[in-house]
Amino acid sequence: MMKARNAIALAASLVLLLVAIPFGIQASGRADLYYTLTSVALLSIISAGVWLTFYIGRINIGQGAYALMGGYVSAVLVTRYGFSFWLTLPLAGLFCAAASVLIGLPILRLRGVYFAMVTLVLTEVARLLALALPITNGAKGIVSIPLPGAVRIFGLTLIPDFATLENPRLAFYIMAVIAMVLCFVGMYRLVNSRIGHLCQSLQQNEELASSIGVDIARLRVIAYAISSFLGGFGGAIFASITQSIYPSSFTVADSVNFMLNCFLGGLSYVFGPILGTFVLYFGWDILYSFGDFQLLIFSIILIALMLVLPNGLFSLRLSRSRGEVTQ
Amino acid sequence: MSDILAVSSLTKRYGGLVAVKDVSFSVREKEILSVIGPNGAGKSTLFKLISSFVTPTSGEVRFRGERISGLAPHQAARKGVVRTFQETTIFKAMTVRDNVIAAHHLRSRASLAGFFFGTRLARQDEEEFGRSADEILTFLGLSAMRSEIASNLPHGHLRALGIAIGLATNPAVILLDEPFAGMNHEETQRAVEIVRGVRERGVTVLLVEHDMPAVMTISDRIVVLNFGQKIAEGTPQEIKDNPAVIEAYLGVEDESIGL
Ligand SMILES: Nc1ncnc2c1ncn2[C@@H]1O[C@H](COP(=O)(O)OP(=O)(O)O)[C@@H](O)[C@H]1O
Ligand SMILES: [Mg+2]
Repeated sequence: MMKARNAIALAASLVLLLVAIPFGIQASGRADLYYTLTSVALLSIISAGVWLTFYIGRINIGQGAYALMGGYVSAVLVTRYGFSFWLTLPLAGLFCAAASVLIGLPILRLRGVYFAMVTLVLTEVARLLALALPITNGAKGIVSIPLPGAVRIFGLTLIPDFATLENPRLAFYIMAVIAMVLCFVGMYRLVNSRIGHLCQSLQQNEELASSIGVDIARLRVIAYAISSFLGGFGGAIFASITQSIYPSSFTVADSVNFMLNCFLGGLSYVFGPILGTFVLYFGWDILYSFGDFQLLIFSIILIALMLVLPNGLFSLRLSRSRGEVTQ
Repeated sequence: MSDILAVSSLTKRYGGLVAVKDVSFSVREKEILSVIGPNGAGKSTLFKLISSFVTPTSGEVRFRGERISGLAPHQAARKGVVRTFQETTIFKAMTVRDNVIAAHHLRSRASLAGFFFGTRLARQDEEEFGRSADEILTFLGLSAMRSEIASNLPHGHLRALGIAIGLATNPAVILLDEPFAGMNHEETQRAVEIVRGVRERGVTVLLVEHDMPAVMTISDRIVVLNFGQKIAEGTPQEIKDNPAVIEAYLGVEDESIGL
């Protein structure tokens, strides 16, 4: 029964995202919305990683570092070594996951504000590294990254070369939406499986978790690696869409935004990052007309929202049994 | 009866303070052994040493002949030595039942990936955990509140939940640190029965407790600590009669040990 309902919800989302929205955009002629929605989808994937670290009880303000790293890994592999973009996508994620294991082993012992501070520094370290390393081409960054090429198996074209498409924006949109759906189906499964249970045990009491036999160090690293994989994966697609990556492509401000997306959507709702990213992204744009006051008004609304809805926007609409994972 | 735990020359220093000093004793299979002593005597530290939450400065703990000192806590738990906490330690935001289900971790046969993909083994595990959790909750008289959020439970039931979490790990030895603290007489009576029941399930029980009447009725043997050192060991009767114990810990007043 549960499964049937989930399947219907998934099918409905796919129809909305892949048919209704493109149709609406085509009809209204607002092709720029493709880019905006693509960004929201990708940012929500990156934010989902942050959400997962919240889920094990860690405040992560360092996701920008992995997004940047993923972007560079993909860009370097494509431009220098001629890799297919499609292959660099998982490689960027895996590279970030591996890096995060090395980084996470020492820093995941820290908790609360200490972990938060270290991760904050991480984004800045990543930016400085991108400036300093020879392979990242310093402040000039990597530009003119070719668009994703074709994928063919036995002469059958599975994915066309984006450069030959009439509307690469639509192609990127479809790719981002599919990636987002896959990401959140996986996240949903994760938190509703026993792994989610264990993550919660970690979040609520690490000492007790280890006394019931949970290898807390291992579980923390696994969660952080998945989180960083999502960061690198999203960052790689971003680099491909903008066909460029610079040390300033993902900054501390982005890391903070990824965290805010999670807060805003709700830390106990696995789909919170999608809603949070959507509202934050469009909210910022809507306030554009206020000019100098944009940031001020934006911040005041955010603070007010968090005071009124400490459990995030999702707590408004969903009943307790749906989508919520921390009972 | 054979020994399940052997504590030998266990010492723990915190800077200049010796919390546990050269303590040796052994624990027999399926007995209830209590550790008593005044506040600050080192009882909790001794339990942390045995459950490998703390590494000894010197000495060692052997479980069924195998050294467990120096292992991580989850590794000691995996061997079967599981500690409950002096403070009320539970997963506060989970339901009572989910607390106990979570604590079945060590009984998982499926891997993490198996749980993610919902393999047959994983589904069997989940079913089994649910059944076992319900059985444990019934045993501890908690089944009526299985769907409550754990932090809403009254104090006495929280302690029982702590024991339920410990039992769910399927321990060979369970260490209970002050399980009766803050309970009234009636609750203590019930809790004493529960601890007896735990032993009936084949679990060896180590107990730290201040409630002397309860300790005297429930224990097979008692170890007395004072300033980190073992000053006596024996049956409840022997401990009551031991002049060193009376002087060092129980005071001259006989009522305090419930005589
Ligand atoms: N982590 C620690 N650091 C420093 N001193 C400690 C620590 N844990 C316990 N102690 C000290 O060790 C002594 C024994 O403490 P404890 O084992 O908690 O006693 P009990 O449980 O018998 O009341 C106390 O003097 C306590 O202050
Ligand atoms: Mg104590």
